Amino acid sequence: MLDQLPQFLITGVTVGSIYALVGLGFAIIYNASDVVNFAQGEFVMIGAMMAISLLTAGAPFLIALVLAAVCTVAVGLALEKFAVEPARGASVVTLIIITIGASILLRGIALLVWGKNFHAMPHFSGETPLHLGSATLLPQNLWVMGGTAVLVIAVRWFFGRTSVGKALLACSCNPTAAQLMGINVRRMLLLAYGLSALLGAVAGMLVAPITFTSYDAGVMLGLKGFSAAILGGMGNSMGAVAGGLLLGILESLGAGFVSSGYKDAIAFVVILLVLFFKPSGLFGRGSSERV
Amino acid sequence: MSRSVQALQGGVALWRGGARPGLLGLLLLAAVVVALPLLFPKNYFVTVVGVSVGFHVILAVSLNLLIGYAGQISLGHAAFFGLGAYSSAILTTRYDWNPWLAMLAGLAAVFLIASLISRPILRLRGHYLAMATLGFGIIVHIVMVQAVTFTGGPDGVSGIPGLALLGWSVRTDLHWYWVVAGVMLAVVWLSLNIVDSRTGRALRAVHGSEFAAEMMGIDTTRTKAQVFVLSALISALAGSLFAHQQGFVSPDSFSFFVSIELVTMVVLGGMASTYGAIFGAAALILLRAGLVVFHDYEMVILGAILMAIMIFLPQGLFVGLARGLRLALTRRREPAAASGDEVA
Repeated sequence: MLDQLPQFLITGVTVGSIYALVGLGFAIIYNASDVVNFAQGEFVMIGAMMAISLLTAGAPFLIALVLAAVCTVAVGLALEKFAVEPARGASVVTLIIITIGASILLRGIALLVWGKNFHAMPHFSGETPLHLGSATLLPQNLWVMGGTAVLVIAVRWFFGRTSVGKALLACSCNPTAAQLMGINVRRMLLLAYGLSALLGAVAGMLVAPITFTSYDAGVMLGLKGFSAAILGGMGNSMGAVAGGLLLGILESLGAGFVSSGYKDAIAFVVILLVLFFKPSGLFGRGSSERV
Repeated sequence: MSRSVQALQGGVALWRGGARPGLLGLLLLAAVVVALPLLFPKNYFVTVVGVSVGFHVILAVSLNLLIGYAGQISLGHAAFFGLGAYSSAILTTRYDWNPWLAMLAGLAAVFLIASLISRPILRLRGHYLAMATLGFGIIVHIVMVQAVTFTGGPDGVSGIPGLALLGWSVRTDLHWYWVVAGVMLAVVWLSLNIVDSRTGRALRAVHGSEFAAEMMGIDTTRTKAQVFVLSALISALAGSLFAHQQGFVSPDSFSFFVSIELVTMVVLGGMASTYGAIFGAAALILLRAGLVVFHDYEMVILGAILMAIMIFLPQGLFVGLARGLRLALTRRREPAAASGDEVA
């Protein structure tokens, strides 16, 4: 049993990488606007579906991926511009319902365009399995892990080193103060939605060769991404990444050692326990409420 | 003319929280509920969709106590609905319990579970609370799907007997309509009374600021836990009735989507308003029943309508419209009666 551990870890890290990217998208939008964007999973689905459509239409591989990402970003920007911005000043719960409405709408459109079938995407670089000790992995697993690592580092660099990234962070700390410092807060919000749509699209394209995709694939991924972000501590981008990886590994170990039917339940039980003992996630700052 | 406007306004004020808040609204609601089956006893929208509306009104009103008044979000409310339904289903079919006894056992079980988890869960705030309730709902749903020997797995439990009381058995759709309508009116009445009670004021204080509420001597933890358990119990009761009405339960009826739908109903109607919750539940169920004819376009239209309402009426359909109506009425009256006396 234990000799299968490396295999479970590989699966866990692969799945966890995707959760991490989706969770990172959640964290970025949450940071910029305090809104949990429940349409985040739909970005993942749209990215993958677009890429598959373009590939079937005969577009060259790289161009298809780039175009699909651009389309998804456009969807993210449209979501901010036409749904979130007009509702500025509404309560957080109202905004959440708006994003839920958006996710239903996007899923509905996907159903009309792509139908109910599962769609497969070709592997990026062949399907010859690699052997690593007792475990085997597909080249696509490496693509997922590598792609996630590159994106996470890029996001970290963006927020830590570039002035635009720092401006975005400033908006999350205090929008009014940011505005007074000459930061265009509305444009920053747009940027946050675009950025997290991009992360979602890339996650979708990376994982689609392994898991296939369908019009409602975004629901579960969105849920897991949200869980990852919460587990890590909402508003902590790197916490979301750690949360995603942890969630993926937990699920994979749960499926391998306990029961595949209960793997999600195991993951959620752990999340509940974490929250009971650390009410603001693993790496979240303890919130202090101003009275 | 102005008299009727005044009467209407008085009604609006009464129904928005006057001396006997909601009494007029409750009577109006009861009148509509009684009139519908008398006028259209064979209409599908009354006997079938109407019963579904009734169940969802019960659920939305109970959830509104928690979300709207206490300000505690729950994305797992369908779990309690499901626990009530499955308790009744399993105890009556597998162990041949009396349905009423099974219902009581289900309520007791939900009371225990809700009491047990209420304290650690309600310690959480905002999105963490959302996550915890969501997780709870998903865990319950997974157990329903996976514990096949007990719950029948994805196929669910069928052959649940109907209800009978003192020789009168609830058999036809119309019978069920009356039962569900009666429970629904009782729950609405209960909700209206709670809101206007000491506990209700404490709840709203907790919603406003937990810290301030505590400073006023309110045991916020206890108040929140009480409303959580009450809300869970009402949902479990609805679940038990649902199981007997349908004669069949499966995990699909209690999934994450149902929980989200319930929250949507509360927000759609307008939070912190019992009538808002009723309105939201009725609107969403009727909308979905009406949209069925659009087949594949159903989701697109539903999503678009949901977004449009929340963007243009962020306070919710009912609360927003009621506020607009009141504003229009006062504006109309102002030039005539400049004194601006308040209608109590």
